[in-house]
Amino acid sequence: MVSVGQHENIEILSYSQVEEVAGYVGNFKVRVRKKARYVDADLCTGCGLCQEKCPAKKIPSEFDGGLGTRTAIYIPFAQAIPRVPVIDRDNCRYFQNGKCGVCAKLCPRGAIDFEQEDQLVELEVGTIIVTTGFDLFDCSRVSEYGYGTYDNVLSSLQLERLVDASGPTRGRIVTKEGREPESMAIVHCVGSRDKNYNRYCSRICCMYSLKLAHLVKDATDAEVYEFYIDMRTGGKGYEEFYERLQEEGVTFIRGRPAEVLPRNGKLVVKAEDANLGRLVEVPVDMVILSAGLEPRRDAEDVARTFGLSRSADGFFLERHPKLGPVETASNGVFIAGACQAPKDIPDTVAQAGAAAAAAMVMMDKGRVTLEPSIAQVNVRLCSGCGECVVACPYSALKLVDGHVEVDETACKGCGVCVGHCRSKAITVLHFTDEQLLAEMQGALRTLEVA
Amino acid sequence: MPEPRIVAYACTYCSYPGADLAGISRIKYSPNVNIIRVLCSGRVSAELILRTLREGADGVLVLGCHYGDCHFINGNHRTAKRVAILERVLEYAGIEPERLRLEWVSASEGERFAQVVDEFTETIRQLPPMKQVLA
Repeated sequence: MVSVGQHENIEILSYSQVEEVAGYVGNFKVRVRKKARYVDADLCTGCGLCQEKCPAKKIPSEFDGGLGTRTAIYIPFAQAIPRVPVIDRDNCRYFQNGKCGVCAKLCPRGAIDFEQEDQLVELEVGTIIVTTGFDLFDCSRVSEYGYGTYDNVLSSLQLERLVDASGPTRGRIVTKEGREPESMAIVHCVGSRDKNYNRYCSRICCMYSLKLAHLVKDATDAEVYEFYIDMRTGGKGYEEFYERLQEEGVTFIRGRPAEVLPRNGKLVVKAEDANLGRLVEVPVDMVILSAGLEPRRDAEDVARTFGLSRSADGFFLERHPKLGPVETASNGVFIAGACQAPKDIPDTVAQAGAAAAAAMVMMDKGRVTLEPSIAQVNVRLCSGCGECVVACPYSALKLVDGHVEVDETACKGCGVCVGHCRSKAITVLHFTDEQLLAEMQGALRTLEVA
Repeated sequence: MPEPRIVAYACTYCSYPGADLAGISRIKYSPNVNIIRVLCSGRVSAELILRTLREGADGVLVLGCHYGDCHFINGNHRTAKRVAILERVLEYAGIEPERLRLEWVSASEGERFAQVVDEFTETIRQLPPMKQVLA
């Protein structure tokens, strides 16, 4: 990330939001809102003094999954690029009651600017790659597992923070009470493969659950129980890793737990062991819920902004599942990573590389090849009713001065607009009414002869 | 009684390759159908369907991709709406709505294509020739 941040040809607009995308491939006009972070990024050196001295210290850290705390002026996580803090208005004493301003007084560069406002930036770009990622499934929705009710039921990402040497416990895996757990249950498929939440498989959970089990085994003497529906360890070296975990003594129980209940200071995981064909109750000190992946909360808005479609599960839709895995319905807009579907790091890196290459190819050529069959409007016949504008799956049509105009770079020639036009004002080249009628008449004639 | 004449409109990305597959798999199907390729079943306008019947076709088959598979995102949804309305228009005009049928055939469903065509031909065979209706 650091080398990206320092690259002369790459400009990172962090803490920013794309508000509008106009134009078409090669000529996109993008309006970006750079949100006010109340710190002048040009003056700030990232020394961290403000963060150290900020008196509002008890704010649960989002990055640590609420296990650690942060201050009101903060850098979200250690490797964040750029290394410039942001002030969280809702928790900042200066913004809440006008008193404090400690950071402004202490900053050796005078970089704190409480008056800073959002900035609008207009960019002209040729291609766009959307990589907005995913949201973690909110485990508290599965109430029978008691996430948010019992202290020692944690999400997989929280355990991830516990095992991190720079995390809130400096890498010590401990219960809420500060003890090292003697036993731990890892519950797979929380929010995945479940028709109550998401039907799809989140794909990465089996492997990260195995990894977490391995790290727990490594750092503690805890017994680890993995409750799974199916182990999905497809991928290079993955099955071997699963076998290694079996040898390391992790207990695998085939069955989705029914519930987690507290009993005698422990958490009892109730499940049916499908391999044994009987009910089991496993008392443990910690329960880890392997949360699934979901589309980002704002995926719908992002899809609208960039002219993307979404599949039934809410992730962004690629142009073709096999032949166009990084292209989208919008020419010049590419997707990569978990915003397209849940996927692990190797797959994400591969897809991101493919998206970057596809975008480069397009820009290197400097021109785009259009479909020969695209819609054409007879302006004299067009009544401007706009039926076709609504029908077009590619938003390639728009009303201009009372008639419809075709964006030739966006049109794919499907002809849905033709099917909708009441005035016969729009046609698709090579599939005109005359051509289809002639073809139909010919077809009937040959059938007559036969 | 003359053999029924049927025109099928098949979309480029699912149903037409489906028909191709039926062909290369040497699956037999009724010779009463002639296929016209369109880019998307959504292109098949109401007018095109009515004109086909007006020209004396005994049946019109519209073939598109299954829901969610449409190469053009949701063109087939538009087709489905249009055909549903058109069936009622046909009924109103005194033409058997069975003469128009919409089916989803994917590129891998060669067998299904043959089945659909055979079934539809049988249905049309039960109806009087369109020429008689038009006369």
